[in-house]
Amino acid sequence: MSDPQPIIQIRNVSKRFGKVTAVDNVNLDIMAGEFFVLLGPSGCGKTTLLRMIAGFELPTEGQIIIDGVDVSDVPPNKRPVNMVFQSYAVFPHMSVADNVAYGLKIRGVGRGEREERVREALELVKLGGFEDRMPDQMSGGQRQRVALARSLVMRPKVLLLDEPLSALDAKLRAQMQFELSDLQDQVGITFVTVTHDQDEALSMASRIAVINKGEVAQLAGPSDLYEFPANRFVADFVGSVNIFEGKLTLDEPDKAAVDCPGIGKVYLNHGVTGPHGADVWVALRPEKIYLHVPGEGKAVRAAAQDAPDGHNFARGVIKGMSYLGDITLYEIKLDSGEMIRVSRPNLSRHDQEDFTWDDRVSMHWRADSPVVLLS
Amino acid sequence: MAGGLQDWKQHKRPFAAIAGAPLFWLLLFFLIPMAIVWLYSFGENAGPADIAISGTLENYKRATEWLYLSIFLKSLAVAALVTLICLIIGFPVAMAITFASAKWRPWLLLGIMLPFWTNLLIRTYALMMLMGTNGYANKGLGALWEGASWLRTLVGMQPLEAWTPVQLLYNNFAVVLGLVYVHLPFMVLPLYAALDRLDKSLIEASLDLGAGHLRTLMKIVVPLAGPGILAGVMITLIPALGAYLTPDLMGGTESQMIANVIERQFKRANDWPFGAALSFLLIYAMFVLIALQSMRRDKGREAH
Repeated sequence: MSDPQPIIQIRNVSKRFGKVTAVDNVNLDIMAGEFFVLLGPSGCGKTTLLRMIAGFELPTEGQIIIDGVDVSDVPPNKRPVNMVFQSYAVFPHMSVADNVAYGLKIRGVGRGEREERVREALELVKLGGFEDRMPDQMSGGQRQRVALARSLVMRPKVLLLDEPLSALDAKLRAQMQFELSDLQDQVGITFVTVTHDQDEALSMASRIAVINKGEVAQLAGPSDLYEFPANRFVADFVGSVNIFEGKLTLDEPDKAAVDCPGIGKVYLNHGVTGPHGADVWVALRPEKIYLHVPGEGKAVRAAAQDAPDGHNFARGVIKGMSYLGDITLYEIKLDSGEMIRVSRPNLSRHDQEDFTWDDRVSMHWRADSPVVLLS
Repeated sequence: MAGGLQDWKQHKRPFAAIAGAPLFWLLLFFLIPMAIVWLYSFGENAGPADIAISGTLENYKRATEWLYLSIFLKSLAVAALVTLICLIIGFPVAMAITFASAKWRPWLLLGIMLPFWTNLLIRTYALMMLMGTNGYANKGLGALWEGASWLRTLVGMQPLEAWTPVQLLYNNFAVVLGLVYVHLPFMVLPLYAALDRLDKSLIEASLDLGAGHLRTLMKIVVPLAGPGILAGVMITLIPALGAYLTPDLMGGTESQMIANVIERQFKRANDWPFGAALSFLLIYAMFVLIALQSMRRDKGREAH
């Protein structure tokens, strides 16, 4: 991250397959040493974008510049990037060592250096001693490590990873998330990963580009993406969120208010710079809403004193509950008839009985919790 | 797959009920006639329509005489050449079908299988008409020849002498060409099956690691399609070795194959025991080929 020079520059890149536009005029700068994640639902064009960086697809329009060189027309075997495939693509008829040595042999690296580098790469992915194994004697997680070693041994400028964790079970996936981050720190190579899993993206990335319908919906760091989503798509795709439509009634540098038919008057302690009276949306995350027994809420809210009376407050009836161990998720029908989701940490082991089906509850939230979205 | 096999092992009776009828069919109409012919090969003619099975090895002794052995070896050489040509043509064809778009693939496969819808005899005659001295092949060559001749007169050179049709039929060339034409689908289909199963990302991974297309083909595609290539070779080689119709119709006197000799023993020569011995010599040779193939396969499996 000491080098501010972008290692990959994507300039006005579009990709069309017949009449379908998979990638639509994307501009991205990926910095050297970053752990960059392309996040989006399936079919959003994120994999096509990755494959264009690798060279397996050529852009219909635009340029891809890697380390200052325009590679738009360069075939994959001549690009300074390597890819870890979703299916791992470990050559089944070669031993682990032969798999890892494959690219070095092509590059003409001498036998002694080759063996040394293969050993180092396998050590790096914690597969030391597995040199003579055949891929069909290994687990999925181990095969993925072989694929990683096979790419890293080439010392690429950028390592591309296509849904690297999607085929692993939940426990192993969590472990690999940390290992991939560690590995990236160790080797200092720029990682570009494609995923549809927001947890994966938030936990590993230094920056995330959320892709929707072939376009970049937002480019931000993990916490900015979660706390300051730019639009409804990002707010909804990253994490869980309640969204209410409303009209902007107050917008000053240090405060704003939105009148939502669904949830009442929402007050914010900062301005939103939207046109007065415009249709906007308020996004409120389930964990940022406090739940009370009716009557109790007023006192708590008075203590917070960060919103004028009659704002940031709603009432409803619990219609659904999911006990998830660490938290409980409540589905509440507001007096307006709309539904809202509220999550609540189970602080005490005896907490779970506090609220139950058909209980009447009141809710409040702080003035710095809601996000106003203009699109 | 394993679950299915377990079911068969546990439910023997329904399995036997389903397998019984075809097994009975094979036994009655395949194994028993084969056994009779096999017994004939140890017999001798006792009269115009009588065969005494005396256990003699005389037929086999005669069958391995150079006269017959040379035709046998020639048949093997022709079949091997046909198989090689089919492989050289069939591999790119199978690759092309594999990488064709989903819209085109069924039509291309249909194109490969279309010849099977026409009788072999009719296809062979059609090919013969094409290759005759007045056929389209010769007419096309003639037109080219005359075109070249006309070009020569344009630049002031002497015209070529008049075109004499080339003898394309009734020789070894015609037999090989006819056999390649007939057997090409047998090669393409197993190759296609093997290549289609191949994970395409393996090819991309090879390119990604810096390999060119030729190296990717030789180091990744061909080794992984190996079992399919072997299957295609066997499925082409065995029927080509026993080919009868094509050499009979398209070959000349010098392009006899072993099946034509066998046919003569059963018909014109009326020497069934000797014909049976020749037939079984061919079958033994095929057994050896199949045994070699399965040995190779087992070896391949152990290596993994």
